[in-house]
Amino acid sequence: MTTATAAPVAEMPPVKSRKREPTKHKAAIVGFLAPFVVLFTLFYALPVLYALYQSFFKTVRQGTFGPATSVFGGFDQYQRVFASSEFWSSIGRVLLLFIVQVPIMLGLALVFALLLDSTVAKGKKFFRLAIFAPYAVPGVIAAIMWGFLYVPSLSPFGITESVDFLGSGLILWSIANVITWVFCGYNMLIIFSALQAIPQEIFEAARTDGAGQFRIAWSIKIPIVLPAIILTFVFSIIGTLQLFNEPQVFRTITSSVSSNYTPNMVVYSTSIVPNYNLSAAYSVVLALSTFVLSFVFLKVTQKRAFA
Amino acid sequence: MSSDVMPAPTAPDPTAAKGGGPRERPLSVVLATGGLVVAAIYFLVPIWWLVVASSKSQATLVTTNGLWFAQPFQLFSNVSNLFAFRDGLYVRWLINSVGYAVLGAAFGTLFATMAGYALAKYVFRGREVVFNLILGGVLVPATALALPLFLMFSQVGLVNTYWAVLLPSLVSPFGVYLARIYAAASVPEPLLEAARLDGASEFRAFFVIALRLMKPALVTIFLFQFVVIWNNFFLPLVMLSNERLFPITLGLYTWNSSINQAPELRLFVIVGSLVSILPLLIAFLGLQRFWQSGLSAGGVK
Repeated sequence: MTTATAAPVAEMPPVKSRKREPTKHKAAIVGFLAPFVVLFTLFYALPVLYALYQSFFKTVRQGTFGPATSVFGGFDQYQRVFASSEFWSSIGRVLLLFIVQVPIMLGLALVFALLLDSTVAKGKKFFRLAIFAPYAVPGVIAAIMWGFLYVPSLSPFGITESVDFLGSGLILWSIANVITWVFCGYNMLIIFSALQAIPQEIFEAARTDGAGQFRIAWSIKIPIVLPAIILTFVFSIIGTLQLFNEPQVFRTITSSVSSNYTPNMVVYSTSIVPNYNLSAAYSVVLALSTFVLSFVFLKVTQKRAFA
Repeated sequence: MSSDVMPAPTAPDPTAAKGGGPRERPLSVVLATGGLVVAAIYFLVPIWWLVVASSKSQATLVTTNGLWFAQPFQLFSNVSNLFAFRDGLYVRWLINSVGYAVLGAAFGTLFATMAGYALAKYVFRGREVVFNLILGGVLVPATALALPLFLMFSQVGLVNTYWAVLLPSLVSPFGVYLARIYAAASVPEPLLEAARLDGASEFRAFFVIALRLMKPALVTIFLFQFVVIWNNFFLPLVMLSNERLFPITLGLYTWNSSINQAPELRLFVIVGSLVSILPLLIAFLGLQRFWQSGLSAGGVK
């Protein structure tokens, strides 16, 4: 053990300095990376490439009842995607949901995290778990459960007698409520963990200057945990654009949710037609939109939440 | 009010906790705690309703107050009826879900941790390219993968088997991201050098030293992946047609969809929902202190 403590000092510098030095521990690197990289290639990279490939083909038939053959179609499927009003209105719907629901959810998550991090509130451990608990409920189950709570026959809430939560006017916000209920605590916890990691000394000077909890939260805590907040935003962009489970469940109990309600539902309903080529083109456009939105958001905020 | 402006410096501070400051105004305490009480009610009442509803009969479910128990209290007979219904189909779903989630999360965590560790601890050409490709995987919608996977799996005869759901679940790009950050921060280079000098192989150094130091990250990755697989709905919906292979989400979804034709399913759906959320709730509570430290590593960077 004595050699162990002395040796690294001499060994350290050359490891990083030279670029052309042959890679050390090649077998180990390959061994560590191989299982993940193989699976990632098979079940992530390959499907993405396959979808891309599929999206450039189309099915043609000889006459009405002739055999179907797949031929190269160039950008035909993409033309159909861009001409599809259903697809774009589904995109508009999830964007509207995103603009309204995500700021509310993350705003609440931030407020809860700050309260739980402050000295002002009591019973913080209980509240932290209470707010986080719904994250243990899968989206499908949460939607099924709220589905019961929204209809007057089972709901303990009298308001359902007069307000139709599953009607076409409110259904989007009823879905928003389910998402907020499930994910608010999860986002709260990410921000809360970031808050807890701030060294306490940072606050000493502020306190000496007479700054109150509110001032400290606004001027010190929030700027420091901004990367964590941005991370939750990016996750929410991805999650909202991909929305499927909750509206798919509501679709079975109300006619207000069409089979093309969200982009992913368009993808799904197109695939069960079946029209895999068009469905693949929808997937590609959706994935690219997700990329672009996440990327633009990260650029605009000028922070490196991922690094 | 004057005591707020000039707090006595020697007075014992009853609220001195972590992040503590000067004594808080009672009004702030009431407002802050009151806000959290309202939040807790919002987040817990639906779960409470589920517990209460699960203890009722078909009749009392609709006729009695939804937020309080009614006679007869039949939670346990409801559960045993559920487990016996249709030759224990629900139990089968429960076992399937546990199987998919435990196996997928365990192996997924191991593979992600190995990859993240290699990306953090070794210098090699193409390292950043590999890492960025994997990070790009975080942004790929899971639903965009499911359909091409269905087509690929149908060509090799894997559709409608356990493998169709299990294999894609083994990949956790976010796990690699977390593992890399955590390995870089928590596994000191000198310790690894020491192990090498003592003659340990790279794999031994990883399994004996690094894994132990990365325990919080491992628990976090495991739980995240477990939750992702447990919540998985789209992939099984696309892949599986044999209901004996369903995970619980897909199973309850199909029952819920046929309540109109078969009203007796409603109580089973309610009780089944309650039973299905218990394992995760227990896991979250039991492993709290692990995943919270791991989460802060991922959140702040």
